[in-house]
Amino acid sequence: MSEAREYQHIGQRTIRPDGFDKVTGKANYGADLSIPGMIWGAILRSPHAHAKITSLDVSEAEAHPDVFAVATYQDFPSVNAEAVAAGTARKDLFDTAANVLADTKVLYHGHAIAAVAARTEAAAQAALELIQVAYEVLDPVLTIDAAIKDGAALLHDNMMTQGLLEPASAASNIAARMELKKGDIDLGFEAADIIVERSYETPTVHQGYIEPHATTVRFDDNGPSMIWCPTQGHFDVRARVAQLLNMELGQIKVVASEIGGGFGGKTTVYLEPVALILSKKSGRPVKMTMSREDVFRASGPASASQSKVKIGAKSDGTITAMQASLHYEAGAFKGSPMGPGCMTIFTPYDVENMYVEGFDVVVNKPKAAAYRAPGAPQAEFAAEMAVNELASKLGMDPIDLRLKNAAKEGTQTIYGPKLKTVGLEACLLAAKSSPHYQSTLQENAGRGLAAGFWFNIGGQSSVMIHLNPDGTGSIIEGSPDIGGSRASMQMMAAEVLGVSPSTLNPIVADTEHVAYNQTTGGSRTTFATGMAVIEAAEDIVDQLKARAAELWNVTPEQVDYKNGVAYNLSSDERLSLAEICAKAEKTGGQITGRANINARGAGPSFAVHLCDVQVDPETGKTDVLRYTAIQDAGKAIHPSYVEGQFQGGAVQGIGWALNEEYVYSADGVMENAGFLDYRIPLASDLPEIETIIVEVPNSFHPFGVRGVGETGIVPPLAAVGTAVSDAIGLPITSLPCSPPKLLELIMKRG
Amino acid sequence: MKTHVSTVVNGDAVEFLCSPSDTLLHALRNEIGLTGTKEGCGSGDCGACSVMLDGALVCSCLVLGVEAQGSQVETIEGIAHQDKLHVIQEKFLEHAALQCGICTPGLIVSTKALLEENPAPTEEEARYYLAGNLCRCTGYDKIIKAVMDAADVMRQGA
Amino acid sequence: MAALTYHAPNSIDDAIKILADASLPPKVLSGGTDLIIQMQRPKAPEALVVDVKKIPGMRDAEWSEDGLTLGPAMSCAEFTKRQDIKSIFPGLVEAAYLIGSTQVQGRASLGGNLCNASPAADTIPALIANRAICVIQGPSGTRVVPVEAFVTGVGKNCLEQGELLAALTLARPEPGTADAYLRFIPRTEMDIAVAGAAVSLTLDSRGVCRNARIAIGAVAPTAILVPVAEDILVGETISDEVLAGVAQAASDAASPISDRRGTVEFRRHVVGVLTKRATLIAAERAGAQL
Repeated sequence: MSEAREYQHIGQRTIRPDGFDKVTGKANYGADLSIPGMIWGAILRSPHAHAKITSLDVSEAEAHPDVFAVATYQDFPSVNAEAVAAGTARKDLFDTAANVLADTKVLYHGHAIAAVAARTEAAAQAALELIQVAYEVLDPVLTIDAAIKDGAALLHDNMMTQGLLEPASAASNIAARMELKKGDIDLGFEAADIIVERSYETPTVHQGYIEPHATTVRFDDNGPSMIWCPTQGHFDVRARVAQLLNMELGQIKVVASEIGGGFGGKTTVYLEPVALILSKKSGRPVKMTMSREDVFRASGPASASQSKVKIGAKSDGTITAMQASLHYEAGAFKGSPMGPGCMTIFTPYDVENMYVEGFDVVVNKPKAAAYRAPGAPQAEFAAEMAVNELASKLGMDPIDLRLKNAAKEGTQTIYGPKLKTVGLEACLLAAKSSPHYQSTLQENAGRGLAAGFWFNIGGQSSVMIHLNPDGTGSIIEGSPDIGGSRASMQMMAAEVLGVSPSTLNPIVADTEHVAYNQTTGGSRTTFATGMAVIEAAEDIVDQLKARAAELWNVTPEQVDYKNGVAYNLSSDERLSLAEICAKAEKTGGQITGRANINARGAGPSFAVHLCDVQVDPETGKTDVLRYTAIQDAGKAIHPSYVEGQFQGGAVQGIGWALNEEYVYSADGVMENAGFLDYRIPLASDLPEIETIIVEVPNSFHPFGVRGVGETGIVPPLAAVGTAVSDAIGLPITSLPCSPPKLLELIMKRG
Repeated sequence: MKTHVSTVVNGDAVEFLCSPSDTLLHALRNEIGLTGTKEGCGSGDCGACSVMLDGALVCSCLVLGVEAQGSQVETIEGIAHQDKLHVIQEKFLEHAALQCGICTPGLIVSTKALLEENPAPTEEEARYYLAGNLCRCTGYDKIIKAVMDAADVMRQGA
Repeated sequence: MAALTYHAPNSIDDAIKILADASLPPKVLSGGTDLIIQMQRPKAPEALVVDVKKIPGMRDAEWSEDGLTLGPAMSCAEFTKRQDIKSIFPGLVEAAYLIGSTQVQGRASLGGNLCNASPAADTIPALIANRAICVIQGPSGTRVVPVEAFVTGVGKNCLEQGELLAALTLARPEPGTADAYLRFIPRTEMDIAVAGAAVSLTLDSRGVCRNARIAIGAVAPTAILVPVAEDILVGETISDEVLAGVAQAASDAASPISDRRGTVEFRRHVVGVLTKRATLIAAERAGAQL
């Protein structure tokens, strides 16, 4: 399966099957569903970043004639700890509940406290004013340093740091510590001729999906309740809502609407459980949406981080030791991606001695959510900046330094497994010979490059393919499509069945109409759901052969199937797929293929990015002149969408590096909660994003696929950071490289 | 007390009721039932709600519904002709200029406005004209390629 | 959004009457790109909104012997298409063109930008540099006020209840005069100006500056003139030394704040840089041989 082969459909640039609806405005997203009898929900949000709720009185709101129902934390049936240990339960369920509706404390400005459902949106907003809340305001804790210092106000009185060498003796704001090691770090540094040691920091940033959270729900006593929402994982929404509301899975149907961006931020629940409670109490369907401001104030951003990195190398460039201490802001509740950060930080390097320590720290900001390779951009930013500094000190080309120490097949990772075949070297070589790297750098410009790694996951996917009597069919899958994956499913099924992709209609079914599918995340969809599609299609091929055999009165072993046609090996008879389907009634009924799998063997994806920038020395403003994203896709099923993932990740990373950050007042109020002052890159800010798809196949997937969605956001932070540093001739250790910060650096140097 | 508004949307005479404080975006989506125009921010910073109002490209979240009285509004739903896609829509599909698609209606309306005003934009002109349409998925690269290709085709075919 | 009653009068007199008699806070609606956002703020009070776009003349721009009469509700999109205005006031047109995105341009107006009186408004420094005059009509008649006196504070202008900004007038500049406007934003579009500088220069045939008007924005509660910078220029040709002096004078005149868009130090430094650069552009336009 790993050799290059000729494909009929794989590798083509088909038109995506859901495209017509998307370019005409017909596609229905989260806020687009209205149901007869629907009422509107609205949420009361905390005006304080940190406070105890001393009293909460909703009676006046409940009594108002326009109000149908009110919801608070008290409406969550008591969560049974044993019950949630079963099935797809998560340990953070209590935290999820208190994040969705605060229990005894509010832990960030904008934290949801209560909700009302009323006849109109305006009436619901007005009714919020009738809810009486009293607070005991506490000091807000807004940075890692403030959170971990002695005497810091505690967010959770019973938070005892997990993972310490000695058990914690007192509560703190550190939820967890983690340690990973390989070899002997002290010996590693002793063997070094040169050491680079630096501290870095990255800000809180948001995934920036253009579609705010929204939901329309209808509670139903007599059948499954219905939740319509834009989500990356509707089965996960079902599980969480079931656990929070003490319902059985079969009592809830979640319909995944089209989704206007997620990037990890739509893998949890905010409005859905609240809306369902309001629907249950009112007996009416309920619609709720988040404003853009709410999205910034109250949905989960990506963790801010502080990292200390120390790297030792011999003068010939052999890296002998890599060490890091990483602190991540979890927001109001535990659970930053500190773990993946620790695991990925040094994985692009085959180095014997490594030591990484990580800390998960709570602060009075919204509870962090996943953002594209969660934890990795922050950590690998620090590592790649330090490696580039090392290259500079050694007088070595940064690609050559990485080639000398590159992770490859057999490299022992710090987190346990040995790498199988991977494409880092191929990416580095492609970078070296790329037109971008070969080009002369513009005068007064700076150049930077960086590598990146993300593991990718497999997991559970379930697929059915039904064929119609005329040979057309549907692919019933359950992976919400966040970037065009339905096109790839169509192509993979078409490749196996030997038919034209447009004859197969891929559908993302709701939780009632397809078996469990793990959340669209972890770059799993083309890999794992693709694998299930392939298996389901192969199941059909087996059935087609058996049906043809019956029609020809031979055994299935005497039937071959190629390019959509079954061949009778003992004669010259042949039947197309459509012909076999036309006779399906006679041979036992209609044909459905299926596969419910837990995909293993996800191949990691490595990337290398190149960036040229110019910095205006009088204003500190950075222009990105040229950008190239090189990444290993294993096998690009649909090259346009693979390139699109590279480009999208690169631009999010460029924004993270240059202008994006949450700005907080001393009171813990976010001051830039909108797209005006939370500055994501615009079309005019960017050049073309050149892409090079490297293909080092993943032998565990029938077509060699590696997930590509996430790795692309990892290299840009250090590619841009290094380019800026090169342009101004000064170290960069803090993101974003916003103009005031750069100007200050430039002027201090004089 | 709601106001009665008579307007023309995508060439059709339309009447609706709205509060004076409702935006045109709200009226389109909730009163007229045209949900193709999207709300991304409600404050004119993302362009997802772009429509044409009396020939000008605007954010419908910054127009009052009552201002549509006697006006002509064009939305994404009016771009294709029944099932025949506009060249711009075809090029967006061909170039994979959309991933999640939420910004796409706004971008297509804006691109049509761009090419009506300037049939031969440079890439830089296109990027600046479309700067008010935020996209978080694509990094804009394939969008601009689709726009430039559509411009070429439209100039040749007219 | 706050509740509102909406009026769309067909004449200035009707508009003035509605504004004067209003019992709710009256708000003039031009492009709405500021007003609608302000009315969405939590606890924004109920308002009486007067849409002036249907009043004849409010959206026109016409030349007479003396100069340009500009309807305050003309959209920036319409205004910036006017080559006849751009050839005389390129800097003012640039300033108008920089307000927001193409979509915002389709609605925003110079009159609205001026009356909203944000410290960071792009058109105000350019209007001041070009000596624009506000023609105000109200219950007691008509009065004129130069733009620099029209804006009285952060978000405040000198209009009394019942008064309406009816027109902006700009005198035709002398030969050898040109203007320029530059602003600093962190991205390439969309952002509110962190600092802005507008310069109008008159040069003689030897490239000596006879007249200068320099106004800076986003670095004080209102846009302000920088007479010290003007004095440095008058009587001189444009040299590096002169430009450095102009930059320093602009920086010294600024009294900026630190906020989510920039620090005091950053704004002070950058407004000097912008003033210097805008001076150079205005001079080039004025036909200087440099």
